[in-house]
Order: sequence, then structure tokens, then C-alpha cells
Amino acid sequence: MKIGVRIMPRNEVLDTQGRAVEKTLGHHDFKVRCCRVGRYVEIDLDESDERRGLDQAQKMTEFVLHNPLIERYELEVIHEK
Amino acid sequence: MKSSVVGIVRFPGTNCDRDVWEAVEAEGHRARWLWHADLFDVRSVDRIILAGGFSYGDYLRAGALAARSPVMRSIQEAAARGTPVLGICNGFQILCEVGLLPGALVLNTSMKFIDEWAPISLKATNRYWGGSHFSKGTKLNLPIAHAEGRFYTENLQELLDRNQVWWTYENNPNGSLGSVAGVMNREGHVAGLMSHPERAVAEWMGCEQGKLFFKSDV
Repeated sequence: MKIGVRIMPRNEVLDTQGRAVEKTLGHHDFKVRCCRVGRYVEIDLDESDERRGLDQAQKMTEFVLHNPLIERYELEVIHEK
Repeated sequence: MKSSVVGIVRFPGTNCDRDVWEAVEAEGHRARWLWHADLFDVRSVDRIILAGGFSYGDYLRAGALAARSPVMRSIQEAAARGTPVLGICNGFQILCEVGLLPGALVLNTSMKFIDEWAPISLKATNRYWGGSHFSKGTKLNLPIAHAEGRFYTENLQELLDRNQVWWTYENNPNGSLGSVAGVMNREGHVAGLMSHPERAVAEWMGCEQGKLFFKSDV
């Protein structure tokens, strides 16, 4: 099964990438209130139980994928069509 | 001056290792390599320096992958027994990622890689790195070269109160919180600096005061 890890900069941290994208969109007349840029990691696991899969992915995320001081994360099971 | 054995860590992508080696040996110390994939005997080195570069290509976050490599387990063990550890630039990022130093270093406000001479000022003395050669208020002009050097912490005041803010920028080129250029742990023996003292150890380099970081009083 595949688990997706969505990692976003915490609101308290100035997100320079998001700010730059926001400006570019604004220059092209798109109305954007705020834009933040994060990263998405897909982990393919040899596991069929969702709860166990999410548990493993959480361990991996907390081990290295995210830095709690500057980022927050969410996990999701990816259901492929 | 006491001569000591200084371990210099090499990760894939470290690129200031040779400069640090030269700077260390020029001060009469013996340098030895510490390889990223190996553990080492913590009693075999008196001090440890993590040099700058782009360990693991800066993938994921600067210093994140290096912080989880085997050599860091030995470095954590050495730090726990009081061995002085200095992280320069990418080394600073790694020490934050591994939790030996407070805070994190994120993308510069300008989003650009900055490579220039940046004046810094000493906020609190550190007896292990630079020691008595610097006093509070000492100003130095040292090279910086980084894209992810903007210091961030949730508790700057706490760091200031505990004298853990080591150096601050005079002109804050990267947007660091509190203009922080270098910090240390509570005991002071683990320290990190974004500036590159090893690139300023001779008159012809533009400044030679960088060598004071590699002398040792302890």
C-alpha cells in the first residue's frame, strides 16, 4: 500500500517559496490570499493493513521526513485507481 | 597552546573539509578524517569539526539526511561526554537537525544563495571555540556561502538569556531571527556558525582572524 506524507511549513515560519509563488500569481492577475509551498512524499509499503501502514509511515516521518520545529505533516492512504 | 587531535567529518557532498584540515594543522593540531558511514572511538579525538558543503545534496532539508548517518551516533556520544564539537555552515545545519543545537536553518529571505563577506559580532564568548581570542562585541568580517542560513527558533529570548547566541550578523544578510549567525548548546561545547572561518586564515584571503577559531585553550 502507498502512504502519502504531506509536509507543510508551519504558519509561524516565513515561507519564502510560498511568498514568491504568491507574488508571481498576483503579477498575472490571479487573486490569491496566501500561498504556501510544502512537499509531498509517497511511501510504498509492503503492508496491507491501513492502520499498521499509517503507523509505520508516521515513524518514518518523525524520524527524518519532517522537522517539527519548522514543519507540520499529515498522512493519507493513497487509493490508486 | 595545547595540541590536540581534531576529527573532521566527511559526508558525501562535504566540500570544505580540506580547508578545515589545513586550518587545523596550521594551528599545530593533528587532523584526522571521520567517515560518515563509520562509528569511531570517541576517545580518539579531542575535538570534532563538521565542515561545510552540501551533504547528501541537501536533499529533503539541508543536513537532514547527514544527521541520521552512523557517524552522528558517535558524535552524539562524544558530545555527551563533553568533547567540543563545531559545525560550520552545513555542519551547523546538521547539528541543528540532530538536536545537538537549538533551532533550524531555513531558506534565506531573498531565496538566493548568498556568497559574500558578512560582518559578525560576538554576542557571548565560547571557551571552546575561539575562547579568549574573542571578547563580547568583537567584530569579524568572515565569508558566508549558503542558501539555507536563516536561523529560526521558537524561543530566541531563552537562547539570549542563557548566552547561547554566539555570533550575530551586523547586516543580517539572510533574514535570521535575531540576526543570529551562530549558536551554542547550554554547556557551550557544541557550537554552530554559518560563517566560514576556514576561508579567512591568511592575509591573502582577505582576513586572517578566522584562524582564531581553530586555536584551542582547552
